Amino acid sequence: MGKTCQLSEMEAGTSAVIRSLPEGLPSLARLREMGLLPGTRLTFVRRAPLGDPLEFMVRGALLSLRGTEASLITVEVQP
Amino acid sequence: MSTGVSPGMVYALVGNPNCGKTTLFNALTGLRQKVGNYPGVTIERKEGDCFSQHGVRLKLIDLPGSYSLNARSPDEAILRDVLLGRRSDTPRPQRIICVMDASNLERNLYLFTQVVELGLPVILVLNMIDVAESGGLRIDVPKLSERFGVPVVPMVASRKQGLVELKLAMSRADLPPPRALLDALPVPVRGALVRSREALAAAGVVSATASPLEPLYLISGNDPTHYGIDAAALAIIQNARAQLEREIPGWEDRMVSARYDAIMAAMDEVLHRPATASATLTDRIDGLLLHRVWGWLALGGMLAFLFYLIFSAVEIPMNAIEDTFRWLSGKIISWMAPGDFRDLLTDGVISGVSGVLIFLPQILLLFFFIGLMEDTGYMARVAFLMDRVMSRVGLNGKSFLPILSSHACAVPGVMSARSIESPRDRLITILVAPLAACSARLPVYLLLIAAMVPTGAVPPLFKAGMMLGLYAAGILAAFGFAWLFSSRLLPGKPSPLILELPGYKMPAFSSILRQMWSRAWMFIRRAGTVIMGLSILLWAASTYPKLPTSAGQEPDKSAALAHSMAGRLGHFIEPVLRPMGADWKIGVGLVSSFAAREVFVSSMSVIYSVEEQDGDDDDTLRGRLRDRLREEKRPDGSPVYTPALCVSLMIFFVFAMQCLSTIAVVRRETNSWKWALFQLAFMTGTGYLLAVAAWQAAHFLGL
Repeated sequence: MGKTCQLSEMEAGTSAVIRSLPEGLPSLARLREMGLLPGTRLTFVRRAPLGDPLEFMVRGALLSLRGTEASLITVEVQP
Repeated sequence: MSTGVSPGMVYALVGNPNCGKTTLFNALTGLRQKVGNYPGVTIERKEGDCFSQHGVRLKLIDLPGSYSLNARSPDEAILRDVLLGRRSDTPRPQRIICVMDASNLERNLYLFTQVVELGLPVILVLNMIDVAESGGLRIDVPKLSERFGVPVVPMVASRKQGLVELKLAMSRADLPPPRALLDALPVPVRGALVRSREALAAAGVVSATASPLEPLYLISGNDPTHYGIDAAALAIIQNARAQLEREIPGWEDRMVSARYDAIMAAMDEVLHRPATASATLTDRIDGLLLHRVWGWLALGGMLAFLFYLIFSAVEIPMNAIEDTFRWLSGKIISWMAPGDFRDLLTDGVISGVSGVLIFLPQILLLFFFIGLMEDTGYMARVAFLMDRVMSRVGLNGKSFLPILSSHACAVPGVMSARSIESPRDRLITILVAPLAACSARLPVYLLLIAAMVPTGAVPPLFKAGMMLGLYAAGILAAFGFAWLFSSRLLPGKPSPLILELPGYKMPAFSSILRQMWSRAWMFIRRAGTVIMGLSILLWAASTYPKLPTSAGQEPDKSAALAHSMAGRLGHFIEPVLRPMGADWKIGVGLVSSFAAREVFVSSMSVIYSVEEQDGDDDDTLRGRLRDRLREEKRPDGSPVYTPALCVSLMIFFVFAMQCLSTIAVVRRETNSWKWALFQLAFMTGTGYLLAVAAWQAAHFLGL
């Protein structure tokens, strides 16, 4: 069992599996539709030079979201 | 024998953003396309004709790129409404071509799972298959086709590879309806949707024969503004939603998961990934362009190059346009007898039209660069880099480019705000973008700075510093108002930023040029007609009524202008202008500059009788005008153009909305006079108040 943290706290270059997303939040509904679901594996690619937003590789696509949304999502870091 | 597809069959092109849908649309239709707008919204509506492999004419509708049928923006609402047959202005498509980026199959298939449920025959296009294969992905096409019950065509649309196969599929008369990935909607959800359909049908929102899917997408919680749905229907929809949420909490989230489960089950059979992912070209380019040092240098360098082109290289075609119109006016003067009609043609029509067309090279160049940045995938990176800065004032990274473009011309700036999905962010961007110091302000600033500081009295660096200050004032004003509007005028949660960074690709120049031209043409047609009408009006105002002159006597232009409507208007508004230090002559210049800012300079030359002489270039004309301005005295003998007045006028020009083209484009892009007039009022109001404040302060301090 890897260590769990929020999506916003990952280190660049590491991968993780999403453990939970709060349900019923409109700001996360579109992220779900774009494939960020419990069980989805993703890689944190980089932080923007000014610190926000964050860039992830999810299901073969590069997706960027702000720390505000990323901090709502709990992930389990993969070795 | 099968007769093939029936003529006039309507196909819709559907797909995620950045899947190459438009490239495919262009490849299929060639030049047989019509670009317009969906009535009531500024979303490009593209329709075209194409021929099946057997020469049967088919109709093709290119729908806005979208991630889901749960509409979250006006673009996506168009997709939903056209596919459901809810728009009276667009025929319901009979078949659907679902385009996807082959490298990104899982995510792209999400929309597909929604589309196949609509019951229409679907053709699946795996676009950019070359990129997917070079990345080591193997897609079992026959198995994919079998699994979903649809024809699957691997393609490289930009090279027209696979086009024949697609046309063959489109030619089939017997395209079967696809097999849905989900067996059915979960039973309780289906029951709830059937009930809400009855309530909606009773109210006339959907037809009695509508599928339960229609309420599914109408009551989606992703669509807080419910585009295209009237208020009466909204209550029913919200009731239905609340009821569904009570009965089955989290039903929507669960449906998303169910769709992805079905996709993943299919992918296990169809998609073979490489064991180890190697760094792609996109990774390597991003390592540079999103780097904390090189990234900024690249962005800065590119923008510097763009602005160099806009302000210097484009002068050649701009001068050519000006010379052409001057030549034309010269011809008219030599062909026609002097008279009001000749003056109307030369001073009204021609100067009005050339005043608009002079900006065309800049506008084309900007549209070209914007298209290039969008098409290569760099645009999303600019938004990624700039998001933090823009979020400080309540906007997001996508607002950066429209505001930046407005430094050349607000017209393409306002139009490029179309790429912002959130209607709130888009409106705020449109409202503040024209505060950026556009190139039409430049001649006015040059004149005022020249009039204010005598040549040689201060180092040239001082003048450059003033110019820089004026540009900075424009940027600060745009950001300040953006902050004010996002926190006061349109409060509400800023929409979360979800930005896809598409893989880099070679730009398709023919598509970029086509889009550049269609956008520019919209500007010429709309702004051109309005501008020409108003230029004629302004000409008439500055010509009539005429000063009585005796025969053979050359009329004094300056006196004639004073006698005209415009001159009287200048006198009339003088009491309003006095608090900012201006007199009626400046008033005439200001009135005329509401057509376009740079007109101020030419009006001032008429008012002060600084006539153009043969061989004059702009600098010498401006120099003589500057000298004339310095000589101008008030009735008490003190000079008019004191530094205080120049500063007051500069402040006015920084803020005031004095551009008919922009007003016309804002009216078009916001689809309402309300916002265009609001913008005119807040910008001009701020300009006036601050100009008055500056003049009064200078007066108080005895400057």
